[in-house]
Amino acid sequence: MTSGSATAAEVSAAVAAAHRQEWAYVLAATVRVTGDLDLAEECVQEAYVAALDGWARDGIPNSPGAWLTTTARRRAVDAHRRAATLRAKLPLLIEPAGAMDSADLPGGTGTGIPDDRLRLVFTCCHPALGREAQVALTLRLVCGLTTAEIAQAFLVSEPTMAARLTRAKKKIAAARIPYRVPEPAELPDRLAGVLTVLHLLFSTGHTAPAGPALVRTDLVGLALHLTRMLRALMPDEAEVRGLLGLLLLTDARRETRVGPDGRLLLLEEQDRGRWDRAEIEEGTALVADALRHTDRPGRFALQGAIAAIHAEAPTFAQTAWSDILEVYDALLATWPSPVVALNRAVAVGMARGWPAALAEVEALEAAGQLAGYRYLAAAKADMLRRLDRPAEAAQAYQTAIEQADNDTERAFLQSRLREVTG
Amino acid sequence: MAEYLLMIWDNELVTEYDPAEWQKMAELHGRFYEQVGDKIKGGNALQPPPTATTVRGDVVTDGPFVETKEVLGGYYLIEAADLDEALEIAKLCPSPNGGIEVRPIMDTSGL
Repeated sequence: MTSGSATAAEVSAAVAAAHRQEWAYVLAATVRVTGDLDLAEECVQEAYVAALDGWARDGIPNSPGAWLTTTARRRAVDAHRRAATLRAKLPLLIEPAGAMDSADLPGGTGTGIPDDRLRLVFTCCHPALGREAQVALTLRLVCGLTTAEIAQAFLVSEPTMAARLTRAKKKIAAARIPYRVPEPAELPDRLAGVLTVLHLLFSTGHTAPAGPALVRTDLVGLALHLTRMLRALMPDEAEVRGLLGLLLLTDARRETRVGPDGRLLLLEEQDRGRWDRAEIEEGTALVADALRHTDRPGRFALQGAIAAIHAEAPTFAQTAWSDILEVYDALLATWPSPVVALNRAVAVGMARGWPAALAEVEALEAAGQLAGYRYLAAAKADMLRRLDRPAEAAQAYQTAIEQADNDTERAFLQSRLREVTG
Repeated sequence: MAEYLLMIWDNELVTEYDPAEWQKMAELHGRFYEQVGDKIKGGNALQPPPTATTVRGDVVTDGPFVETKEVLGGYYLIEAADLDEALEIAKLCPSPNGGIEVRPIMDTSGL
């Protein structure tokens, strides 16, 4: 079972790796014993602490996940025994009958129940919880981040984040949000909610809404990790493939989005030779797979298709813009969002000329749904600049600068403003 | 099993129902009963907010506790295994001019 005694450095590296890779598995398996998220979290944390001593003494186990699960579940059973009378009065997580299988208590193999992690994910992303709470719970329960780390990631104070997590967990218990994977009939809707949370997490990392850095690699990494996990757990879901493909294709451009002087580089200015080929290859294959396996591709597969067309183009000008426009039309039909319509307008500009594109943006502006959206003014300014209407472009850049939140984007818009006024 | 209160909120205040409207609502609620009657433990339609009286301490005032545009028009007390089932029932509950708020009933039996 074990590989002999290990050095302190080896042990702490193994515990850190197990934290990254096994947390969701261990917690989900422990919740089956406790029926209570808070107690399960406590037991899992104790198991990781116990691993530091235990693995130094006995060696690193061949299956760290199984060791941690057994340890955490044993603690959970002890805690239950100690507090049996008290706990009888507390609201427990609601599981379908038979799910709390006593044959699965510590001493069991602790393997082969991948569904438990799925239940955890679907519970964290239940539509009865607010979006912010869904994201925070997913990071806490599925990724094992501390409250302080989540607070830092979303630039709120630790007490604020702690209160948000507590409120969400209280609602799960009090309103009896069930701990289960949704029925097939409701799965598409519920899965869309989970994917939206993962996409939001990635987007928050990819273009930080505030602060000095454009990219928060920690959040990007977590989003990719979670989406890979979901792909392993739901291998037949086309939209999961589509989302993973989209994230990889987007992340492939990460290193080229900021110039050496810290300035934001647009798609047309990026050094395509430095895009991550491995990510592009994997992402493109996933997207192609997602499109092949369904008659009605979802929003993430279609967004992935757009990213894939960009990724294979040798230059911005040589991009297959008419193909991109076609995919945007399909995307708007599946997912009628004004943000998608705005992005589509840029493709219209490249495929049919900027006067047509500007007309679309002005129509969107008049419809009012994008009021205050930080990229509306920026897109309009760029089109006016291309159409050689500097005075109107300057005005739009001013608006865009007022709405920009992160320093990299603001600096970019200011340089464009100087360009059209200079 | 747990209990939930389904609160039926209407977007506008209707003080007088015309008989045809009333008949239509009665039919909708009748159908709701046919679908999930075994889950319903109680419920009533409420008289409109102008009929409400509020008591704070000893002070009695005219009107509902909170003045809102939305009006609490009625309620059902239902039984459901979990929130998902309660939400399924709430989706069936007639609320043509507004929506349903689902609130878990606190279990005080062990307190």
